[in-house]
Amino acid sequence: MSTSASITSEQGAAVPAPAQQDRSGAWAPWPLLLPALALFIAVVIVPLLMTVLLSFHNWGQYTGIEFVITLKNWQEIWSDPYFYEMFARTFRIAGLATVIAAILGAPEAYILNRMRAPWKGFFLLIILGPLLISVVARTLGWALLFGGNSGVVNKALMAVGLIDTPIPFMFTETGVVIALAHVMMPFMVLSVWAALQRVDPQIENAALSLGAGQVTIMRRIILPQIMPGVLSGGIIVFALSASAFATPSIIGGRRLKVAATLAYDEFLNTLNWPLGAAVAVLLLVALVLIIVGSNAIIERRYAEVFR
Amino acid sequence: MSFLELNRVSKHFGAHVAVEDITLSVNKGEFISLLGPSGCGKTTTLQMIAGFVELSSGAILLNGRDLGNVKPSKRGLGIVFQSYALFPHMTAAENIAFGLEMRGVPRAEREARVRDALAMVGLEGYADRYPRRMSGGQQQRVALARALVIKPDVLLLDEPLSNLDAKLREEMQIELRQIQRNIGTTTVLVTHDQTEAMALSDRIVVMSKGRIEQIGTPHETYERPASAFVSQFLGKTNEFPGEVDGDAVPPVVVAGSCRWPAPAGISGPVTITVRPEKVGFGSEVDKGLAARITNRIFQGNHWLFQCETECGPAIVIRQNTGEAQPVEGESVRLVWRTEDMGIRPRGMA
Repeated sequence: MSTSASITSEQGAAVPAPAQQDRSGAWAPWPLLLPALALFIAVVIVPLLMTVLLSFHNWGQYTGIEFVITLKNWQEIWSDPYFYEMFARTFRIAGLATVIAAILGAPEAYILNRMRAPWKGFFLLIILGPLLISVVARTLGWALLFGGNSGVVNKALMAVGLIDTPIPFMFTETGVVIALAHVMMPFMVLSVWAALQRVDPQIENAALSLGAGQVTIMRRIILPQIMPGVLSGGIIVFALSASAFATPSIIGGRRLKVAATLAYDEFLNTLNWPLGAAVAVLLLVALVLIIVGSNAIIERRYAEVFR
Repeated sequence: MSFLELNRVSKHFGAHVAVEDITLSVNKGEFISLLGPSGCGKTTTLQMIAGFVELSSGAILLNGRDLGNVKPSKRGLGIVFQSYALFPHMTAAENIAFGLEMRGVPRAEREARVRDALAMVGLEGYADRYPRRMSGGQQQRVALARALVIKPDVLLLDEPLSNLDAKLREEMQIELRQIQRNIGTTTVLVTHDQTEAMALSDRIVVMSKGRIEQIGTPHETYERPASAFVSQFLGKTNEFPGEVDGDAVPPVVVAGSCRWPAPAGISGPVTITVRPEKVGFGSEVDKGLAARITNRIFQGNHWLFQCETECGPAIVIRQNTGEAQPVEGESVRLVWRTEDMGIRPRGMA
């Protein structure tokens, strides 16, 4: 939008035109925006508003959705500790998955960046390849490995005699966190990778020549420079993890509910659409606040250095 | 005595020879330039001195001590990189203080030395600026201060001025030279810019294809180039084909309608070289090389003439002294002093 506006103003400057023509030139981009705007409104804004509206409707076991305005759903969420626990679990899982993805993903990106030509592309493909596979398939891999007595890893370890009972992975929070961290890893690697591209390749040599050791170079020179990449990768991973559906529903199952799986159940099992809508809206609002807030903090923190 | 010594140093990357058998000794306090086109091995040589690249063979000695097993972080060299490689997340002062911090210099002394270093490069008041907020020239000064504040034995400069615009580059050349003279740090500069090498160095090492072509003062390398490569790389040179007439007594070199006394020990076909600014315009009686001016270009302080001589094309540079100059299409005679011309057997590089 700003590009097209600046082009028009340049044209206006180049060709001295009467004021009226000039103004029509300034409005010219708006009609061009209409198709995309209409699509955006139709598929994002309207459903979103309808969901918000839905969360204020009433629902009865025998009456279904009643089109009245009520705060009943919001009061239910507010007063029932079950929802607190569920939201706390959702954000705890997302937070832990983000931390794990950062701790493993940042070094992964750094090592990848230092690799030589043929290997670099090869391993980049290996890291990004999973994005081409459905998240359901990737998560089911974990289920195959650790699913109860018949999981491949559990079976093998028990056969060897290292463990007596299967490793508890399925239907545990730990399991969901590990699987989510794995599934989201490519986003973290990509984000850190992008930050590393901006690091001067000579900068490590510069620090080396000034007498810094490898650990100091990592801690004082490289890490501060890729921190914006880690943080923005963290925001992506956190948002995707907190709203993830497939992984928590496969690993966590019906027992270990998070916001997305709960909303799904309310919609499709209980058929209590208004309550499901309220949960979904609450998740959306919380995520927007967290993301916008942390983004603002990151931008302020690094504005001076990385403009 | 020699302070920094490169003894038969070579570097091979697989089958590719980057540096071949380089021997060089740099005196304490000397400013030396490694000059050559890209790919001549000058940067590899610098990186071997810095320790970023290992030698394939040979040895590098600093003050009599073999650097072979000394880690780059322990060599105590100051390096200014082409990209400056400043730490973008640190202020100018923090950048400069980094090397001192690594050496465990106490805070008070550190601050004093950083202040002095900033003053030395004329950046007082910029201590708290971040590199991205500084101009190229200012960043360059910070990089120089960062390299010098640790009082390095040797200062290595890797094309430090190539990212600056022409005017700023000239200013920085003068300043760099002055700073280096004041503190007397032994300096090795890598550059592909022959005017920069001449303006700054005590001695120039001209390199080509991984080998040293010539080592000498700027004046020597320009006036008495050891090879065709050096004469062509350092400034412009006219070349004419000639022939030694051994039957004449004494022997003479013949080119077109001209003849000059031949140097001893040369016979057969030769190449005559002469710098364009050493060539003058003579009259018919001067018996110079017959030429016609095809192009005349005014360049402010001098004129540039492109000529077609009886022995091929030539260029002539004349100072703009205000005197009348020949015009395009005019027939002239090109004359020069015998001592200004070089004669070497043809076919020899």
